[in-house]
Amino acid sequence: MNPISFIPLLMALVLSPLLLGIINRTKALFAGRRGQPLLQTYSDIWKLLRKGAVYSRTTTWIFRAGPMIGLAAALTAGMLMPLGNFPSLIAFPADFLLFAGLFGLMRFFTVVAALDTGSSFEGMGASREVFFSALTEPALFIALATLARQTGQLSLSTMFASSSNTYWPHFEPVLALTAIALMVVLLAENARIPVDDPNTHLELTMIHEVMVLDHSGPDFAFILYTAALKLWMLGTLVLGVVLPSSGGNPWMNLALALGGMFGLAVVVGVVESVMARLRLLVVPQLLVGAGTVATVALILTLR
Amino acid sequence: MMTDLILMLVVLTNLKLLASSELGASIRVVAAQGVMLGLLPVLAHVHDLSLHFAVLAAGTVALKGVVFPWLLFRALREAEITREVEPYVGYITSILVGVMALAASFWLGGRLPVSTVEASSLLAPSALFSILAGLFLIVARKRAVNQVLGFLVMENGIYTFGVGIVAEMPFLVELGVLLDAFVAVFVMGIAVYHINREFDHIETNRLDRLKG
Repeated sequence: MNPISFIPLLMALVLSPLLLGIINRTKALFAGRRGQPLLQTYSDIWKLLRKGAVYSRTTTWIFRAGPMIGLAAALTAGMLMPLGNFPSLIAFPADFLLFAGLFGLMRFFTVVAALDTGSSFEGMGASREVFFSALTEPALFIALATLARQTGQLSLSTMFASSSNTYWPHFEPVLALTAIALMVVLLAENARIPVDDPNTHLELTMIHEVMVLDHSGPDFAFILYTAALKLWMLGTLVLGVVLPSSGGNPWMNLALALGGMFGLAVVVGVVESVMARLRLLVVPQLLVGAGTVATVALILTLR
Repeated sequence: MMTDLILMLVVLTNLKLLASSELGASIRVVAAQGVMLGLLPVLAHVHDLSLHFAVLAAGTVALKGVVFPWLLFRALREAEITREVEPYVGYITSILVGVMALAASFWLGGRLPVSTVEASSLLAPSALFSILAGLFLIVARKRAVNQVLGFLVMENGIYTFGVGIVAEMPFLVELGVLLDAFVAVFVMGIAVYHINREFDHIETNRLDRLKG
């Protein structure tokens, strides 16, 4: 195993909470505030880790296992994801299916843990989460299938390594459509604004936040870190399409990829600042729209 | 390259029309589609731009981008109806049908022996898709304005085909098609719409009396 393939995972582990800081800073800038420090998420996680957890007597081991399994799934997904020119730690044919499956596992345990509390309120959030993710997942799968078909590769590492700069001029529509679909998936999966508002504490409108209300202390730290990692993973997925890097100095490419990631965080922040959250009834249309765009891209590659 | 981009945008606007729930937005989308298609022959023949293409493009853009939306918006304003599409088939189902139609038109378009002067392989599929999407809009929406829009989308599809074989299509035929579309929209947008409304009222009255 090549030691440099630890770099993508390492970058994800160290830098992913920074993305949330950048998004918050961008939003603060738009609102004319100074905003919280860039490293706020790190402090939050550290603070929560030192606290004790409170468990309701009605919960079972599922409630405690939820955050841990979520984090484990996120870490495993991190091993599958390449960054810049560096290949991922583990790569095998069709590993993108495992990648998408791990997100499914993560979501399943968040939902089950939420249902385990017995709170009808958390059940509502769980039901929404499942409904929306049922519409997001086809978009993700179709987009990944499009990339696989386009590059002729079945592993995430080789897929992104071979979608080189020369691809863009030739396959402009396919890549642009895939990038759009993946961007919507990123916003939806990370509970970002057109779908869910991460800042809201208006309880009836929350989706992701409502499911983790009962978690406290280290469990909540895990959840925060998992969310940051998830944002990073899906971000690298979008970036792999938008900013393919191959050839040249690998360290330069790494710098470019990291710059791209932070740029992406700024874009998410801008989207959150200029857009309002969609009505709950319109969200499925957006998600099906993303799936449709991905399908158009797939049809274009199949012809 | 530009041709491909425009044809892609036409496909996406068709899908947007299938998902759109507001009449005003639909009219604007159809107008944008018409303008893009009007520019298509100019972009395709940038090197040997003749009067033929210039007149055709100017006429199409003026008619589809300005006159048609104006007529339709007027009809919408004068009738003072709610601005919702009122579908028979729901929006999400419509999109799914649209995707299937798209797959079918790519399958069919790839097998159609059209002697296109254009290099774009997207031409025949996107033209077929416009025709199918327009047909679906006519069938699956209640509002008369939306049926006019569906007709326009269908016409756009036929026009796209025309652009592909423009070298073989006489100028007069193109103008004739444009004129036909104009008359159709004129009649449908103003006359039929009002008649439609009147008939609606008469029918409900009669039904009420039958019940009472």
